[in-house]
Amino acid sequence: MRSRALVAGCVLLGGVVAIAMVSALWTPYDPADTSGGRLEPPGPEHWLGTDRLGRDLLTQLMIGARVALSIGAGAVALGGALGLLAGIAAGFAVRWLDDMMAVVLDLLIAFPTLLLAMLVIAARRGSLLSAVTAIGLAMTAVVARPARQQVKRVLAQDYVTAARTSGTSWPGIVAGHVLPNIWPALAVNLALQLGRAVLAEAGLSYLGLGPPPPNASWGHMLREAQATVLVAPGDIVAPGLLLVLLVIGVNLLADGVREVADPLLRGRW
Amino acid sequence: MSLLEAGNLTVRTADGRELLRDLSFRLARGDRLGLIGESGAGKSLTVLAIVGLLPAGMTASGRVLLDGEPILGAPEWVLNTVRGRRVAVVFQDPLAALDPLMRVGAQVAEPLRRHRGLRGAAARRAALEALTEVRLGDPERIARSYPHEISGGQRQRVAMAMALACEPSFLIADEPTAALDGTVQAEMLALLERLVAARGMGLLFVGHDLAVVARVSRRILVLERGRAVEEGEVGDVLRAPSHPHTRDLVSAARRLHGALERMLP
Repeated sequence: MRSRALVAGCVLLGGVVAIAMVSALWTPYDPADTSGGRLEPPGPEHWLGTDRLGRDLLTQLMIGARVALSIGAGAVALGGALGLLAGIAAGFAVRWLDDMMAVVLDLLIAFPTLLLAMLVIAARRGSLLSAVTAIGLAMTAVVARPARQQVKRVLAQDYVTAARTSGTSWPGIVAGHVLPNIWPALAVNLALQLGRAVLAEAGLSYLGLGPPPPNASWGHMLREAQATVLVAPGDIVAPGLLLVLLVIGVNLLADGVREVADPLLRGRW
Repeated sequence: MSLLEAGNLTVRTADGRELLRDLSFRLARGDRLGLIGESGAGKSLTVLAIVGLLPAGMTASGRVLLDGEPILGAPEWVLNTVRGRRVAVVFQDPLAALDPLMRVGAQVAEPLRRHRGLRGAAARRAALEALTEVRLGDPERIARSYPHEISGGQRQRVAMAMALACEPSFLIADEPTAALDGTVQAEMLALLERLVAARGMGLLFVGHDLAVVARVSRRILVLERGRAVEEGEVGDVLRAPSHPHTRDLVSAARRLHGALERMLP
């Protein structure tokens, strides 16, 4: 295999994906099941113990993986699509429109992601969909700005002129030359954004703005564990560790994608 | 008989400076016209103006006619049927003119797909044929390569294969050999001459090297700072240049040639 980073990233991300997929079919307990004792330590009944309402922590952890990944993937899909469209539009736009979009994008980037997401959620109800919308919208500018630069870089290349002189239409240029050439940078950016989206989801849930139960969330688990840290100090370990591993995995994946997606870098590893 | 014609072609920048002024020429099918001038004389602008691809902000006025139809200022969809299909261009730097992330075969197939509607195996076969025609050894391997994996001479042949794939009536070669070393340059020129002659294409050859331009052209047009200063049969112009700028060009070329001759034993 050419890229060790890609392998390591895939293993870590794959592990979390596997947990999330299992959680869709089976969890040790029902997430709303409060039959366990309160704040039980890990044991044969509850491998990771229970929270202060007597719910099984392993169940929450598994569902949390699913929630983190679906919100992350949804947000990347939304933010990536909108950002790419905006980037291509700005890259092609006439001067004044492009300048205006550049200013708007800079403003959006200067605005903290979490704050923007909180505004969106405040305007709607806390749900899986609003979390995706909120994080996705906040991501749009972060995707659009480098995309715009990349589109401009590609459009200035001689091979675009050459393709134009051989009669390729603008849509043909975008599909045939612009997208393939911005794809390596875009893919890396999207992979990085997946990590940021997962963290943002954890942050929102930690603040109590995440999707409501029965959706469990690592951010929410951390908040609960923090409240009971003197009684059950071990409860922060599992969600915190998974969150860190997932984000590291996604970042390694981004590195690996960069190495593999760019044929100019291929063969150097 | 097909004809490419420019009349009073003028190119201005956004702030009104004239980069190219009142250029007129006629190029019939089978004819070979050389456009020579120093860098900045407006050679490449002429090429871009003909195919309607001037950089943003520049405007062209005058006439460019292809078989009597105006193509200067024609709508985009008309130009897209002209570019590549009837008038093709080979650029100076083939590395820059080839998409670095697209395999060579796919790039050669692109105009074939667009203009001749070839798909799949047929497009592949036609692309390989085009690569074979420009004398590329092992076209199968070249077709699978990325542009950075082949040599400069091979790249220029690929660019030429792309330009010729749709059998255009006119080929515009914008200093196609300037980025190549001497021996490869000679091979490329021979290939270009043979292909143009075999297909009876009209060739507009743009260059700054008099020896190169004179070799492939039948007539030459001398540009100086955006204006045509002399036009005529290659032999006549070389023997009796009338404009001072042309005289400079000719004598400079002769001096270089003379220096080589004197080295002979």
